[in-house]
Amino acid sequence: MTGLNPLTAGWIRLLTVAGLAASLIGWAAAPEDIPRAEPGEELSGGNTTVFDASPKAFGFPARNMQDEEHRSAFFVGHSFFNNNWVVAPGATAGRDGLGPLFNTRSCSACHADDGRSRPPEPGQPMTSMFLRLSIPGSGPHRAPLPDPVYGGQIQGQAIPGVPPEAEVFVTYTEIPGAFADGEHFSLRKPEYTITRPGYGPFAAGLLTSPRVAPVMMGTGLLETVPVETLRALAAEQKRGGHGIAGHINTVWDSALGKSAPGRFGWKSEQPTVRQQVAAAFNGDIGITSSLAPAENHTAAETACANKASGGHPEISEDIFNAVVMYTRTLAVPARRGWTNPAVLRGKGLFTRIGCATCHIPQLQTGDSDLAELSHQTIRPYTDLLLHDLGEGLADHRPVFDAGGRDWRTPPLWGMGLVFKVNRHTCFLHDGRARNSAEAILWHGGEAEAAREQFRTLPKADRAALLDFLESL
Amino acid sequence: MQVETQNAPSRLWRGITLLLLLLGAGGVSLPMTCGAESGPDVDGLKLKRRVLSNYAAIVDATYQDTVAATKELSAAIGNLVTAPAESTLTAARDAWLAARVRYSQSEAFRFYDGPIDQLEGQINSWPIDENYIDYVTGDPGAGLINCVSNYPVLSRDLILALNQKEGKKNISTGFHAIEFLLWGQPVEPGAGKRSWRDYADGAPHAERRRQYLRLVTDLLVDNLEAIAADWAGGVAGNYRSHFLALETDAALAHMLKGIGALSGPEMAGERLTSAYETREREEQQDCFSDNSRNDLIDDALGIQNVYFGNCRSPRGRNIQGPGLHDLLLRADPEFAGTMAAQIRAAVAAARALPPIFDQALLGPKTAPGRVAIKAAIQAFQAESDLIARAAGKLALKLNL
Repeated sequence: MTGLNPLTAGWIRLLTVAGLAASLIGWAAAPEDIPRAEPGEELSGGNTTVFDASPKAFGFPARNMQDEEHRSAFFVGHSFFNNNWVVAPGATAGRDGLGPLFNTRSCSACHADDGRSRPPEPGQPMTSMFLRLSIPGSGPHRAPLPDPVYGGQIQGQAIPGVPPEAEVFVTYTEIPGAFADGEHFSLRKPEYTITRPGYGPFAAGLLTSPRVAPVMMGTGLLETVPVETLRALAAEQKRGGHGIAGHINTVWDSALGKSAPGRFGWKSEQPTVRQQVAAAFNGDIGITSSLAPAENHTAAETACANKASGGHPEISEDIFNAVVMYTRTLAVPARRGWTNPAVLRGKGLFTRIGCATCHIPQLQTGDSDLAELSHQTIRPYTDLLLHDLGEGLADHRPVFDAGGRDWRTPPLWGMGLVFKVNRHTCFLHDGRARNSAEAILWHGGEAEAAREQFRTLPKADRAALLDFLESL
Repeated sequence: MQVETQNAPSRLWRGITLLLLLLGAGGVSLPMTCGAESGPDVDGLKLKRRVLSNYAAIVDATYQDTVAATKELSAAIGNLVTAPAESTLTAARDAWLAARVRYSQSEAFRFYDGPIDQLEGQINSWPIDENYIDYVTGDPGAGLINCVSNYPVLSRDLILALNQKEGKKNISTGFHAIEFLLWGQPVEPGAGKRSWRDYADGAPHAERRRQYLRLVTDLLVDNLEAIAADWAGGVAGNYRSHFLALETDAALAHMLKGIGALSGPEMAGERLTSAYETREREEQQDCFSDNSRNDLIDDALGIQNVYFGNCRSPRGRNIQGPGLHDLLLRADPEFAGTMAAQIRAAVAAARALPPIFDQALLGPKTAPGRVAIKAAIQAFQAESDLIARAAGKLALKLNL
């Protein structure tokens, strides 16, 4: 306090008096952990944020996208995102080349309205989710080794004259549990059955991992967060102790021909949006691109060989670029109710019980070739790092540096709008959680302490926390 | 620890706020207090409320007209399926085109999570993969109508369950499903040329096609009636009463969001840019009837209705009241002039679109049709950009 001038000291005295007055009328008596709404907190995607809470909330271009060429590419990309690809040769040359093996005919089949897919109903085969496949060991560039016959994922559909790979069904076992206050809950644990294999037996020791399609928007922003930020977050977690230590997946960037940090996919297996889009076109729809030029079947799947192609590659470079632009610039919707007292209380609890250690509320994007995405303050609620989530969620299928219990912290922005857009709230990588509370309760491993804190919160606090998630 | 450090400054600010309040009450003038303000702008607020109630009246009238026109369409389709003939098919097509006029004008009321936004996917989804519904060239067995083994019984529930199942273009219902069933696949330039014989006994699955057309038309009428009821005046608990009870600025922001999202992302973007860039005729909204130009004209007129607060109803109910223009005139007359000119320019740009839209797409870059399409894209986008600026002029929080 030395060196304060008398005027400042006077202010401090005045403030002390004011503070006392505030205490007397109970103004400052609010619980300590209710944070305030921060200015701009509702702008989850910075200047890209759109204000829309309708069933189309995930489908708008970045609000700050002014460039006419960018806009054109966005809308062309949107069209092809929704487009049903057809068997080659087709009447419209730009849209043929489906399969020979595929999961769906369009991106929008799983990412309905740019949103999130869900598991099939009991007794129905998977159509908008699938199983990834590999065998123990790793291949070139440390990538997972595909099943020698079925490749890297089960494709449940095929063009005429080609057998589909298999049908996959899911059944659930209910696991009862209880909150500390005695209220019961039940979690459903999935089990998968592969039937009608089209190409003989699967390899011994087959590893599988189920995947639903996540919400699309915001990926371009996440791509732009500097890797140094991610490293710093990992270091900070390690310093903080509590057994939480995220790590970056080091994967293969096929455009650069070298290793790169992974960011996308449930195990952070893709380094860029572009590679993610190419992989999805190739693996899920059977559409080749400049970045993934080989047809999506193995040599052992001879029935697939020599089928008509939709061109080399099947998606033209212009259209591919447009779909990538579209994906990168889909806008994040603004939060709703972000100043509500219950939501603010939930926000405080989210930090207090440890959720925010990995679901990082605020990040800064770096330089991007798209000015729209550069230097934005974003609120994605992720660290983009891999964490051990425990045995309950484990798939035991390693991918590069992601172990069998590791999952990437998914961004939480927009999760309160999933029901509005997609009419369901099936969360986690396989959609097993039927709502956000169940998603929290499935957390284990590094997140076990936070989960236990949630489980032992009073009911009103749990509700406030869920209100907060709903506002994202 | 973290919580405390976060809260220390906030307690300080609470203290400062209180201090300023105390000082203000004691008559001490500080530069940051708003002593110069002359109190709330009562006239401005009154005008805003009048703009909102006039808007609600326009929405109400437009949906009532849409329902009436859609019921006429339903009657015409009833005639077609009971007596298939060239004349009944033509009458049904004319009724569809007439219903489109009113419906397109109502699209200015989308995009703020109002009643239409809950049902739009069942009312106006496009572009359709038409082989999802009925036969196409080279595939006579295609579609729900012909696929008896998978769907032995057609019903409203089935059609709803299949709408946009496993793909945005797998559309089973709404205006464009009806459009395809009336015009058929556009094999040659211009509109499709489905024959009335598709509905006459003897055509493959004629009975199922008649049934399907009836089902989707009834569903369309019901959906639009539900929306109209939500906007009817004097009904406690419906959307209109909720809308008029919103905070004034929030409701005004809805109005602007509706017209701004329609002109920019929707009209300039989805309706025209993709068609312009890919040169594919099925990328236009009314690809079966080749009526896309009229849709855009009526969309632009719907925006004009909201902006000026006027609406001319074919049933003789002319609504004339204050609109956004009047609010802007108070805020910034020069800007209001620019905005009004652009609203009219957008209507003119839509009218300047080539009548046979799909053919105009195909020409070289300098062909008059493509030039007109490009000009319309720019006009609608400029309109949207100005609407975003208008929100700023009115001190509304709106981000398009």
